[in-house]
Amino acid sequence: MAKLRPFLLPVLLLAMWQFAAGHSSAHVVPTPRSVAAALAGLAASGALAKHVIASVFRITWGFLLASLVAIPCGMLLALNRRSQLAAQPLLQILRPISPLAWTPLAVLWFGIGDLAAIFLIFIACAPTLTLIAYSAVRNVRPGYVNAGRNFGLSGVPLIWRVVLPAAAPQLLSGMRTTLAIAWSVLVAGEMLAVNSGLGFLIMDARNAGNRFDLVFAGMFAIGAVGFALDAILRGLEQTDFVCWALQGGQTSAKESVA
Amino acid sequence: MSTAPTPSCPKLRVSDLCLTFERDGKRESILEHIDLSIGAGEFVCIVGPSGCGKSTLLHVLGGFLPPTSGAIEIDNEPVRGPDPRRIFVFQESAVFPWLTVAGNIGFGLSALPRKEREERIQHYIGLVGLEGFERAFPRELSGGMKQRLEVARALAVNPDVLYMDEPFAGLDFITRMTMRKELLRIWHRERKTVVLVTHDIDEAVQLGDRVLVLSSRPAHIHCELEIGMPHPRDVSAPEYIAMRTRILDELGVERGV
Amino acid sequence: MKRAEAIFWPALLCAALLLAWQLATLHTPVVPSPVRVLRGFGELVRKRILLSYIASSLWRVAKGYLAAVCLGIPAGAALGYHPALRQSANFTIQMLRPISPLAWMPMAVVWFGVGDATPVFLIFIGAFFPILLWTAEGVRNVPNVLVLAGRNFCSSNVAVIFRVMIPAAFPKILTGLRAALGIAWIVVVAAEMIAVDSGLGYLIIDSRNAGQRYDLVIAGMLLIGAIGLTLDLGLQSAERTKFLSWGFSHEPAD
Repeated sequence: MAKLRPFLLPVLLLAMWQFAAGHSSAHVVPTPRSVAAALAGLAASGALAKHVIASVFRITWGFLLASLVAIPCGMLLALNRRSQLAAQPLLQILRPISPLAWTPLAVLWFGIGDLAAIFLIFIACAPTLTLIAYSAVRNVRPGYVNAGRNFGLSGVPLIWRVVLPAAAPQLLSGMRTTLAIAWSVLVAGEMLAVNSGLGFLIMDARNAGNRFDLVFAGMFAIGAVGFALDAILRGLEQTDFVCWALQGGQTSAKESVA
Repeated sequence: MSTAPTPSCPKLRVSDLCLTFERDGKRESILEHIDLSIGAGEFVCIVGPSGCGKSTLLHVLGGFLPPTSGAIEIDNEPVRGPDPRRIFVFQESAVFPWLTVAGNIGFGLSALPRKEREERIQHYIGLVGLEGFERAFPRELSGGMKQRLEVARALAVNPDVLYMDEPFAGLDFITRMTMRKELLRIWHRERKTVVLVTHDIDEAVQLGDRVLVLSSRPAHIHCELEIGMPHPRDVSAPEYIAMRTRILDELGVERGV
Repeated sequence: MKRAEAIFWPALLCAALLLAWQLATLHTPVVPSPVRVLRGFGELVRKRILLSYIASSLWRVAKGYLAAVCLGIPAGAALGYHPALRQSANFTIQMLRPISPLAWMPMAVVWFGVGDATPVFLIFIGAFFPILLWTAEGVRNVPNVLVLAGRNFCSSNVAVIFRVMIPAAFPKILTGLRAALGIAWIVVVAAEMIAVDSGLGYLIIDSRNAGQRYDLVIAGMLLIGAIGLTLDLGLQSAERTKFLSWGFSHEPAD
């Protein structure tokens, strides 16, 4: 019985949705069935694959680029006090600038297309990832670093073999959060700045004839892909290499007693 | 097996208490047929081998865990759940980190008028020796001070019974000795009924009027020993050493290391 | 000495970047130089729309954010407390969460029209999930002893929840509130770019559309950053109050 629990709520919601859609004016709220049909149609025609690939392509590149730049920068900040003093206030100011506010500039510099979207993702992720990397490296227990030094490591080998693995759990956790935000930014960016991708799909479906079943189908796809991306990082978190840092078996307040 | 004379009007009476857990479809008996009687103002210590269930027993007495069968009565009233009339002092520090020392002590006193509450808080701060720290937060206190705070918080609500679950286990040796002396001093002043669970035999012999020795799981009361020594107890006195050795023997622990 | 250092280095970096920016724009007339941005900023202040735009954006954030708080905290507390509830709701939440708030935009426009309600709804969606999840996490991680002590002293379950569980969970709840505020601020700008005709997001898009005024665009961006930072700093300072600082480990000083 307990195994069925996760499915109760979605089933209930679907039923409510079906009811609401069936009883309201025709096109405003599409029925679950029509959404499913729309999804199938998109998949069959290959449009779904095309848009999903476009979006995933952009987020992968944007996120990877941001990571490749931000993580070393964050580590540099953690290891060099002057650079930290210099850069941290700047990063703190850059971070809250809504990435989408960069859209006009992005389009100006890169035109309408993949590059603009990748740029937006990069901007959305880089400052935050830098600060996350900084924090993760700062929080590495000195005991580990000392042990590494004790065994004769220093410089790059020390960083590669001790500091990075020790910082990995916190880093991954921060990357997960940032990826979620990046996914959100991408969808918004695609509504404004490109001609393909899931965000574009939604806007287009609405503009070209109020096809709300397609809109919902697109939203579902967005949710599914976002979930999959998060699952990938979550899988990385569970590997032996990383999971030592996660607290295991927290019992809830209502369960056990001493 | 020496039996202690049961007080005629017990404060706490436990009759035929049993506790079984069901885990993965298998029933595991933790406590079996526990009978005990504790008089008002008595200081009773419970010892037993590691993992025997003495903490669990205390949690059942405190009302946090319902027994599978049997009855617990305090002042002839059955125990149905946790109650401020019987306060538990936990093994891990349970002081609330978001409240000051004064805030913690006053936690159970919210029903009182302000003036009375302030007076009581001051009284107990003085009693446990935390003067000057009224506005401090728990994270600024040492381990020993946090335990004193917890004891003060427990006493402030004037409970009938005080349950203590290895309260000094996390402290260093010297602090533990100090805390035991403090506890006795406070107990002599306030004369509460105290049931204290400990794995430390010395602690049990130093503090208790009576010591109950539990068997290993499933636990029942292996024997009850009356400690007939007045306070302060000399740890080098022959009666002390004899009592200690007796308990070690009852527990089946080898004397040589 | 330390404080002087803390001001000198960022100032140096800032000055260097500004100089680089100024030099870079000498070649392209399209991207404005820092000086022009400053002048554009002055123009906005003079025209008096700036304050009303800022107020619009902040007001929308306030409404959506508060709705998210009022729904998210109790729901999160319930989820954190009951493992059965958590099991039931988890799958649904994990599926709904990655749907970025802006993906709801077309539906929101249909349901609420082009007006304030649309951005407020989107902000609510964006802010709700972090608050829900962090509150649940906070309540779930309350050490069991504290709950037992609470049950020992308090006469009712409601008292235990309000006097013990929520204060104990508050540091994590606050983290959720901060994350939600950041997201709310991002969402409001995006929503204003698409669906309404006032606010800072609109300012940016409008400046670009109505005449390629990139100096105003950048001025708007910097302003958005400054306000977002202020909001975040405000919540961050709550972390330092004695009531809450026990739950946060602050960066160790060098």
